[in-house]
Amino acid sequence: MELSELNVKKQRPVHLDLQTIHFPATAIASILHRVSGVIMLFAVGILIWLLNESLSSPEGFAQVQQWFDSIILKFIVWGILTALGYHLLAGIRHLIMDSGRWEEFDSGNKSAKAVFVIAIIFSVLVGAWLW
Amino acid sequence: MVTNAASFGRSGVHDYILIRASGIILACYTLFLLGFVLTSSPLTYDAWQGLFSALPMKVFTLLALVAVLVHAWIGVWQVLTDYIKPLMLRGFLQFVFVVLVLVYLLAGISIVWEV
Repeated sequence: MELSELNVKKQRPVHLDLQTIHFPATAIASILHRVSGVIMLFAVGILIWLLNESLSSPEGFAQVQQWFDSIILKFIVWGILTALGYHLLAGIRHLIMDSGRWEEFDSGNKSAKAVFVIAIIFSVLVGAWLW
Repeated sequence: MVTNAASFGRSGVHDYILIRASGIILACYTLFLLGFVLTSSPLTYDAWQGLFSALPMKVFTLLALVAVLVHAWIGVWQVLTDYIKPLMLRGFLQFVFVVLVLVYLLAGISIVWEV
């Protein structure tokens, strides 16, 4: 057996108490950035389709407005704007981190939580605006 | 130097710059459209059609869709290389998503062309 394998396989303390271990806010911020990005990958298709309909003719525009009365399209657009809002905010946080700020354990956690709070507020405002 | 044929830029540094540059364009486009919709409420067909019939808005829209292509290409690459280990499957998914975003761009050209 290779020395590196021995190092991996030797007994180590294992901590798998699911009551006490959890992802830090920074990890959740990172995975949500990916999830919201993948959502936007498909959402852009829906938005382009809506843009096409709305610009096709006055009738097409009225048709899209009518669709916005349905709970299904409201919910889809609300989901898209929530994902977009989060992705944009997390992206801005990334740009600020590129400048060397918020890279410490404490500031990184705080900025991640701040992004969650602002994204939730934005999501609620979008919901209020749509309904 | 390690190169990867599926990535967008010539190197990791190139991808790093491109995903940020395209992200900034997309942020500007998003904020502009949000501002337009909020300030011209209730939105009419004339205002909406008028906005997209102007050349600067057509260019801005296409610029945003090119940015989507670059941004999604690199983003998809980052996600797929982390979670999809079988090479053929990863390559296939990368292909599908790049084609999908290219379709968005081509559809966008057609849409603003006809306004």
